Amino acid sequence: MQTKRTIFPNKLLPYFLLLPQLAVTLIFFIWPALQAVKSSFEREDPFGFRTTFIWFENYTRLFADPNYVNSLSRTAVFAVSVTILSMCVSLLLAVAVNRVLRTNRVYTTLLVWPYAVAPVVVGILWWFIFNPTIGILPYMMRGLGIAWNPRVNGDQAMILVIIAASWKQISYNFLFFVAGLQSVPQSLTEAAAIDGAGPFKRFFTIVLPLLSPTTFFLLIVNINYAMFDTFGIIDATTSGGPNQATNTLVYKVYADGFLGLNIGSSAAQSVILMLIVIALTAIQFRFIERRVQY
Amino acid sequence: MSKTALSLSVGLAAMLAATPAFAQTEISWWHAMDAELGQRLEAIAQGFNDSQDEYTVVPTYKGSYAETLTAAIAAFRANEQPAIVQVFEVGTGTMMAATGAVNPVYQLMADAGEAWDPSGFLAPVTGYYSDTNGNILSMPFNSSTPIMYYNKDVFEKAGLDPEVAPKTWAELETMGRQIVESGAAPCALSSAWITWIQTENLSALHDKPFGTLENGFGGLGTEFVFNGELQVRHWDNLKRWSDEGLFQYGGPAGAADAAPKFYSQECAIFMNSSAGRAGVITNATDFEVGFAPLPYYDDVIDEPKNSIIGGATLWALNGKAPEVYTGVAKFFTYLSSPEVQAKWHQETGYLPITNAAYELGQEQGYYAENPGSDIAINQITRGTPSANSKGIRFGNLTQVRAIVDEEFEALLAGSKTAQEALDSAVERGNQILRDFEAANS
Repeated sequence: MQTKRTIFPNKLLPYFLLLPQLAVTLIFFIWPALQAVKSSFEREDPFGFRTTFIWFENYTRLFADPNYVNSLSRTAVFAVSVTILSMCVSLLLAVAVNRVLRTNRVYTTLLVWPYAVAPVVVGILWWFIFNPTIGILPYMMRGLGIAWNPRVNGDQAMILVIIAASWKQISYNFLFFVAGLQSVPQSLTEAAAIDGAGPFKRFFTIVLPLLSPTTFFLLIVNINYAMFDTFGIIDATTSGGPNQATNTLVYKVYADGFLGLNIGSSAAQSVILMLIVIALTAIQFRFIERRVQY
Repeated sequence: MSKTALSLSVGLAAMLAATPAFAQTEISWWHAMDAELGQRLEAIAQGFNDSQDEYTVVPTYKGSYAETLTAAIAAFRANEQPAIVQVFEVGTGTMMAATGAVNPVYQLMADAGEAWDPSGFLAPVTGYYSDTNGNILSMPFNSSTPIMYYNKDVFEKAGLDPEVAPKTWAELETMGRQIVESGAAPCALSSAWITWIQTENLSALHDKPFGTLENGFGGLGTEFVFNGELQVRHWDNLKRWSDEGLFQYGGPAGAADAAPKFYSQECAIFMNSSAGRAGVITNATDFEVGFAPLPYYDDVIDEPKNSIIGGATLWALNGKAPEVYTGVAKFFTYLSSPEVQAKWHQETGYLPITNAAYELGQEQGYYAENPGSDIAINQITRGTPSANSKGIRFGNLTQVRAIVDEEFEALLAGSKTAQEALDSAVERGNQILRDFEAANS
């Protein structure tokens, strides 16, 4: 554990070096966050003429609202599914590309392309493909006897946003996994092969543990991605519907605050969201990072 | 220095010196009209700018209605508000409650000394935007009302008379079944705006209340009551037709999928705003379109009441220099002139908001040449408006409409009955009304 630490002999220098970052954090994160905390205790008309301090009413109302509790569980399902799906698929692709010696650059380039697409465009792309009226997939599925209609069926809508959100994130994960795989020393796997370990055994006992820092990093990034960055995708595909089936926490913050003009409730929701992410990150570093070998 | 260069620079200097004399007052106008409607709107601003040289109206597209309203409110809080903002009818309650933010149009016109006669406007339109003292607070601009579009070719293929549209819901069901069973089209009906058309207008047409206190006109203490027998029956029907394949849901709010279903001839009948006319004419090229008023239940009411409006009005926001408001008033006068209004109405399908604009259209022979183009105005002006059909006014109606859409989706998915869905919508809606009341009193 000691090796992870760097000791500075000068007491002030580390703080000085941190100063620019601290200033940025203070202005662009801490200050707005405090503003959010402040408005989460208030009720205000949209134009901001009358502000009333109402203590915890925004919070108590939220937890009494079945839709908010529903949104919490939807977000959990969404975040876990997106993380697992996008990480597994990208690991599979990365391993496959890593095995191809000559053409792997071509594959890498092709696989990274989706990352350059803006979230809203991704959303519209999948919206088109899966659209029950004009989409190609529902048309083919109808031929197979499957009724596909995410406009009405909440589970199907959830599947749709999970696929759309994962598809975009696969490229990002893929890049890191390829880089991680290429840093696994060939000598280790060769030695294991000579000892008679098959490809699966070699992968799970040598490659995967050596990938653990990458995997851990991606785990945090992916959960944060699913919880925050998927706003554009949800907005363009389902807008949180049908009947709130895909209304994740971050989308609800937007819908209540910007469309519904309910600033107090929206602020309370963002504060809760912030606490959830802080907690998740803390748990990850506290318990999962111990199992990571650098 | 050559002669030309000299004369050029002299000319330039003269122009620079003269500039202040031509200084124009800029009037910013935020709107939510995109695509074709946006171009038509910009043409109106251009027309005003060309008609005089004191003021320049600068239109800016700000996204959807909801986004435009949000943007204007955010801008107002930052003291960067536009002089004019287009607000949809759903935002009326919110804007009316914000007395400090709004420069009411009746006052604005009086201050600027512009001639302004509210009685020249269509009564259902002005009634919607007046306060309890009868003063009009915002300038009517693009008002619409839902109508029924139908595919005459499909009707003919199904063995129906293409010139006869279903007048009642019972007829619609019979005809719809014939269309689907004969294979003329896979679906009979799709509708945009489930809340506005199949709930709010349904209630008005049958003279049933949507909320207490004259549908909210009477004050902030109003409550929703749209879970009555009629609404439950209608939602039940829609659910049954959806299960049978007669009705296809096109999505919440404006229903992004509903129009394509009609254009691709998948659904034979399409209910949408009269302002959808421009889009229908552009997109429905392979078949002939019929226009008809909304159907009604003839066992509930003998003569259906008028339908209620949608669309938007223009609000002047406070905090600008006095000369800006003079310009706004002049622009509003220009905007409501019969020529401008008639042109806008005929190009888009929005209602002619003044009687003069409607009469001008009649003189021009527009309605005779374009059958069906007066359906909307006839429907909204028929009979005497009752307390239940003059309109609705509720705070935070945007949120309420989203809730009604959600409950309708729950109904379609089979997780709630029509009664349960409407009860739940009323209960959740009332909560929002109480929030609005608490924040505005």
